[in-house]
Amino acid sequence: MERIPILKMGPFLLVSIQVDMHDRLALTLQDDLTEQIVRHRARGVLIDISALEVVDSFIGRMLGNIAAMSRVLDAETVVVGMRPAVAITLVELGMSLSGVRTALNVERAMEMLQASLAVSTAIPGGEPANGHRPD
Amino acid sequence: MATVRTEKLPLQTPEDVVRVRQAVRAWSVEIGFSLVDQTKVVSAASELARNTLVHGGGGTCEMEILQAYTRRGLRLTFVDQGPGIADVEQALKDGFTSGNGLGLGLGGARRLSNEFEIRSQPGAGTQVQIVRWK
Repeated sequence: MERIPILKMGPFLLVSIQVDMHDRLALTLQDDLTEQIVRHRARGVLIDISALEVVDSFIGRMLGNIAAMSRVLDAETVVVGMRPAVAITLVELGMSLSGVRTALNVERAMEMLQASLAVSTAIPGGEPANGHRPD
Repeated sequence: MATVRTEKLPLQTPEDVVRVRQAVRAWSVEIGFSLVDQTKVVSAASELARNTLVHGGGGTCEMEILQAYTRRGLRLTFVDQGPGIADVEQALKDGFTSGNGLGLGLGGARRLSNEFEIRSQPGAGTQVQIVRWK
């Protein structure tokens, strides 16, 4: 079955969408990601959409769903590399992607994910700084 | 106004929606739309193609390149023989949805197009036509 690959890098999951996704493929990615966040105990998800020429309401909704679901599972999501024409069209379509954090490039996104990881591990009484979560 | 070229594509599977997007993109490039206009018309086509498939139970998308004097445009007509829309005005409102979507499809497609026309009757299907001019 056709799938979008999900890569694990330390505490983060990386996804780069390189194909024009049909709706089923987008739903599969949503399911795969939530499952892998739990399996790898991921703390962040980086989704690269720089290859996407179009983000319609369905893909926009998928991005919002992934951000919301990962937040509930204690992981942050950052969407990277939206093309300017896509941003203009999305807003005109009526989607502001509120609740979805975005970054212009992968470096910025990694900084954002690392910063939120540092904040969550620095909370007194929170989990140990080595990122290990007691079972 | 003359029709320079026309082609009809089927809309029966989610893959057909992708094919419509790609065909609309190719024709938009050929007409010479700006990148933003290409993106707008492809996005509008994607919303309407999905509506035809999901709400109309499948149908067709007819693509036409129009020529009006020196002006060129792209006209897209989505037709289905599905259940139709009882209240078109309500369906055009943002946030109104009969399924589990966001309800941005019809209203969004109208905002992204220069011309928008919808004809629907309960039980007799739906036809949505949009035009984007260069």
